[in-house]
Amino acid sequence: MSDFIGALWQYAFIQNAVLAGVLSSFACGMTGVYVVVKRITFISGGIAHAVLGGIGIAYYLGLDPLLGAVITALFSAFLLGMINLTARQHEDTVIGALWAVGMAVGIIFITLTPGYSVDLMSFLFGNILMVTKPVLWLLLLLDLIILLLVVVFYRQFLLVCYDEEYARLRGLPVKFLYILLLALIALTVVVLIKVVGLIMVIALLTLPAAVAGLFTHNLRQMMVSATGLSLLFILAGLVISYNLNLPSGATIVIIAGLCYLGAIGFRKLVLKIRRRKEIAFDGGGE
Amino acid sequence: MANVIEFHNVSFAYDHRLILEEINLQVAAGDFFAIVGPNGGGKTTLLRLLLGNFEPVQGEIKVFNRPPRKARRFIGYVPQQGTVDREFPVSALEVVLMGRLTPTSFFPRYRQEDYEAAYAAMQAVGVEELAPFRFGDLSGGQKQRILIARALVANPQLLILDEPTSSVDYEVEQEIYQLLTGLNKKVTIVLVSHDLGYIASHLRKVAYLNRRLFLYQPEGGAQGNIADWYGAKKS
Repeated sequence: MSDFIGALWQYAFIQNAVLAGVLSSFACGMTGVYVVVKRITFISGGIAHAVLGGIGIAYYLGLDPLLGAVITALFSAFLLGMINLTARQHEDTVIGALWAVGMAVGIIFITLTPGYSVDLMSFLFGNILMVTKPVLWLLLLLDLIILLLVVVFYRQFLLVCYDEEYARLRGLPVKFLYILLLALIALTVVVLIKVVGLIMVIALLTLPAAVAGLFTHNLRQMMVSATGLSLLFILAGLVISYNLNLPSGATIVIIAGLCYLGAIGFRKLVLKIRRRKEIAFDGGGE
Repeated sequence: MANVIEFHNVSFAYDHRLILEEINLQVAAGDFFAIVGPNGGGKTTLLRLLLGNFEPVQGEIKVFNRPPRKARRFIGYVPQQGTVDREFPVSALEVVLMGRLTPTSFFPRYRQEDYEAAYAAMQAVGVEELAPFRFGDLSGGQKQRILIARALVANPQLLILDEPTSSVDYEVEQEIYQLLTGLNKKVTIVLVSHDLGYIASHLRKVAYLNRRLFLYQPEGGAQGNIADWYGAKKS
């Protein structure tokens, strides 16, 4: 730990990594809650993986890969939103197709690009230690957009997630809200690509929110807790990976996974103890 | 009295399968109207048509003399309990407040009058003390009352309920029907149920739906006794 703090003072790239961690936890704390309560993990995974297509094309054209990522993420969100709202029966098949075809497109364009493409691995598995200043500004901008949308549409998103049919009856623009929600997820995916890579994005989108959901009673609390937990997972992962010289993205995901398992076990235990107490109480009342 | 709901020769098909065939139905203001029938008989589809979520392939539906989509603000709807997620982190009060949402409800806060209306609706169905509890932790009967409060909170003129007693026991079923009978003094009620129990013995306006709709006539008309409909279907 002291090693890490020393390095934090000394090296700008460590400072950038910590800042990237903070900015990412806001994005996945807020959006992840919707992914978990609306149960759209698979859709989110589809968006995340399809993004590689955009990254590959941007590479080939000599553009900024993150720009390609933003455009493809939003495009996939729109496409999947329309499919969900029109052809429900085949939804999972279409998501699977988009998932794999997006990756295939990305791999082909990256291979076609002349030169040494070392960055492919960092998009797949993330590298929080390579985050630069301009990327931090981009993360901040995406965070602000996500925060603004969540605050403005808080009640409407809640109803659409909770009871779509009732939302329609209340006259809410359900299609628009659903696609907007997927767009939020798309932006979050782009934020998280730098931290854990697109293959492991799904872990940070779901696990902190899932742990938070075990112990909270409304969406606001759940978002605050999920943001705190994401920050904890990312920073702990950074420190451990730095000290043990492990890949940071994978370390973060393993910590998040272990905490999720631990939280489920803890909750089961609490419920069991509470039930036993109730039985003892009933028995004593004879 | 004016008709709240009118179906004229309405048919509906899904994937080329005919689900509702030539439905004719009139519900008058102040009615307590029950539609019974087997699962898969088209009850939920009929409600979706009423709410304007589906369009009929043939025929015409009028709700308050308007196309159903334009009548939504007069309708309070109580969905089947199975359709909402037990694990969802939301309090009973928040569920009731959802009934006050409009397309221009931006930002997280509700207005004072929304809270007042929510508490008044919960009081009307006798569950105001449940407001802070997590909705998923409530019993079946409590959940049903909260969902009825949510439907009432926007002061509807028509209350539509989908299987209001499917997940409660006999006693709670009696209580819910008593509650609805009280509410019926102010609001027209239409409900669908696969369960005849209470309906057959207490309600006078009943129809049987199994692709086609048969009106029950208390005077013992051509359709005969309600209890026989299910029996006739078996033989």
